Amino acid sequence: MPGLRFALPIAALLFAPAAFAQAPREMLDAAGRYVRVPAKVERVYAAGPPASILVYAINPDKLLGWTRALRADEAPFFPARYAALPELGRLTGRGNTANVEVLLKARPDLVVDVGATAPTFASLADRVQQQTGLPYLLLDGRFGAIPETLRALGHAMGDTASAGRLADWCERAIAEVAARVAQVPAEKRPRAYYGRGPHGLQTALGGSINAEVMEFLGAKNVAGAMSGGLAVASMEQVLAWDPEVIFTNDPHFYRAVGGDARWRAIAAVRSKRVHLSPHLPFGWFDFPPGANRIIGLYWAGKILYPELFRDDLRAKTTEFYRLFYHQEPGAAQLDALLGEPGVMPR
Amino acid sequence: MRGRTVYAYALALGALLLLTAFAFAVGRFPLAPGELAALAANKLFGAGYAVAPTAETVVMQVRGPRILAALLVGAALAAAGTAYQGMFRNPLVSPDILGVSAGAALGAVLGIFFSQSALVIQLGAFAGGLAAVAVVYAVGANVRRHDPILALILAGIVIGTLLGSMIALLKYLADPYNQLPAITYWLLGSLAAVAPADIALAAPFALAGLVPLYLLRWRMNLLSLSDDEARALGVPVGRLRFAVVCAATLMTAAAVAISGIIGWIGLLIPHAARLLIGPEFSRLLPLSMVLGAAFLLAVDTLSRTIAPIEVPPGVLTALIGTPFFLWLFAVSRRTWQQ
Repeated sequence: MPGLRFALPIAALLFAPAAFAQAPREMLDAAGRYVRVPAKVERVYAAGPPASILVYAINPDKLLGWTRALRADEAPFFPARYAALPELGRLTGRGNTANVEVLLKARPDLVVDVGATAPTFASLADRVQQQTGLPYLLLDGRFGAIPETLRALGHAMGDTASAGRLADWCERAIAEVAARVAQVPAEKRPRAYYGRGPHGLQTALGGSINAEVMEFLGAKNVAGAMSGGLAVASMEQVLAWDPEVIFTNDPHFYRAVGGDARWRAIAAVRSKRVHLSPHLPFGWFDFPPGANRIIGLYWAGKILYPELFRDDLRAKTTEFYRLFYHQEPGAAQLDALLGEPGVMPR
Repeated sequence: MRGRTVYAYALALGALLLLTAFAFAVGRFPLAPGELAALAANKLFGAGYAVAPTAETVVMQVRGPRILAALLVGAALAAAGTAYQGMFRNPLVSPDILGVSAGAALGAVLGIFFSQSALVIQLGAFAGGLAAVAVVYAVGANVRRHDPILALILAGIVIGTLLGSMIALLKYLADPYNQLPAITYWLLGSLAAVAPADIALAAPFALAGLVPLYLLRWRMNLLSLSDDEARALGVPVGRLRFAVVCAATLMTAAAVAISGIIGWIGLLIPHAARLLIGPEFSRLLPLSMVLGAAFLLAVDTLSRTIAPIEVPPGVLTALIGTPFFLWLFAVSRRTWQQ
């Protein structure tokens, strides 16, 4: 072990000169940390999936790799050279798989994490920064903060123009959706349930990051009376809640629900208002908790308030994918995303 | 002794009946007592009262099956625990000593990891439990130079640890947004998702495991003797042990497949039963099953009613089980010996 303790600072010294060739800038990140960011940032290591999506959207040539290699069904949504970027592991959050030596070997100019800015993550950022000598920015991953985070990241990466375009788009989308939702009187907002997992009984409590899209759209989360993260509800409780709309991310649950006598007693199932969220290349509704969910606002909005969301979802999706994933989905891909029965309201 | 046995059985069965009635009456879905009574009259005596279809679904499809599942799982785990504690001559043995829970967990976790349906996950758990014990038994039986019981237990511990680390690896590799929570919830154990079909699937295997235990109930007492003494009395120790392991494994695997891992019952309940009526197996087994069913039903009723979200029953059994077990241990010095 003592060998390793010495090896890391030495490695950091070896890589540091390149980074400090030009005058670095001092940046204040979302956790209130001052970070010295080199003047020229060409190589960015994303610490988690939300960060990798934003870095990729701003400038895909600067993303060193994905947190995990793209799967066969995800890769076709990206230009081939980006789909083939290597797997570098994730540094933060649940299931951190990265190795600090892998991080050093990737020789990034900047490490970015987008997500919670609580002291746990701030201290992790400090530790990695100390250990590696690499500047580590921690930015806010909450839904409403996405435009601001995009601009801050664009500033750090030296891509203010493209980041600004994306931020403007997100800002407009969020404002547009919020304005539409504001018109809906409280009694017209449907009671909605988010059923996760193979049984559909895992749900997202009030204020959880998993229910953010649903709650932003003003739907009454039936499990919202308790706040927290994910939890398991009993079948009987779901029957008592009797939601009018059910969102799910699990295809097994989605396929089984209509034939299950227990679920058929629920209003949403009887009126066929159970909807499976599109998930390629990144989830539209829940995970990863990043900018990928903005297109989901239009999808879920259309489900909750069809008369207010008259957008052409195929055109919206094409626009969003072109901007954020740098490739327009083909007709077959759009069919796969939106054409599966149950994804869209009838 | 005889009076005490009758008394204990009357108490346990009475408690079980009361608890079952109570469990039908409470739940997150509000049902009026009249509605319940009308439904009971319809189902039991063919009366024709009008009952809201949702109320009928709640009772017949959700609450009823869940109560049945709690009874089934509780009785199965307690029976398996009773058989193992007798066979291993050790009061600290629980049904998962030979790796059935670890194997079932690995089977279920694999199912979740490969995004399979709920049914495949269940079958994976069942098959995983059986496979793990088969491997443990094969290893234990082939180590000839040691006491066979010790070899079996050691093999169970070692292979259980190996399975545990494989589960840990899968958790590490799982998608943290979807699969990891599903794995965590499965490992915590719950009856939240029980459907009538689950009972139809698990009950035959649990019963099939119970039959040999019942048929061997007299001989089971002889397993508490040393192997040599038992052989001198003409007991085919090896074959008997094999039958008991098969029976207990079948019951536990069937239970774990529908409930996930719920600890403490198989360890705690046989002790409580032994404290009440002594260690004679043919009397002990049914009482253990009644107590196990009642205990899990009580715990599961709590876990589905005290909050809008489920409280994991495994957590409740540990909270109740730990102090109870320590108390039992303090007061039950003599009940192990006949």
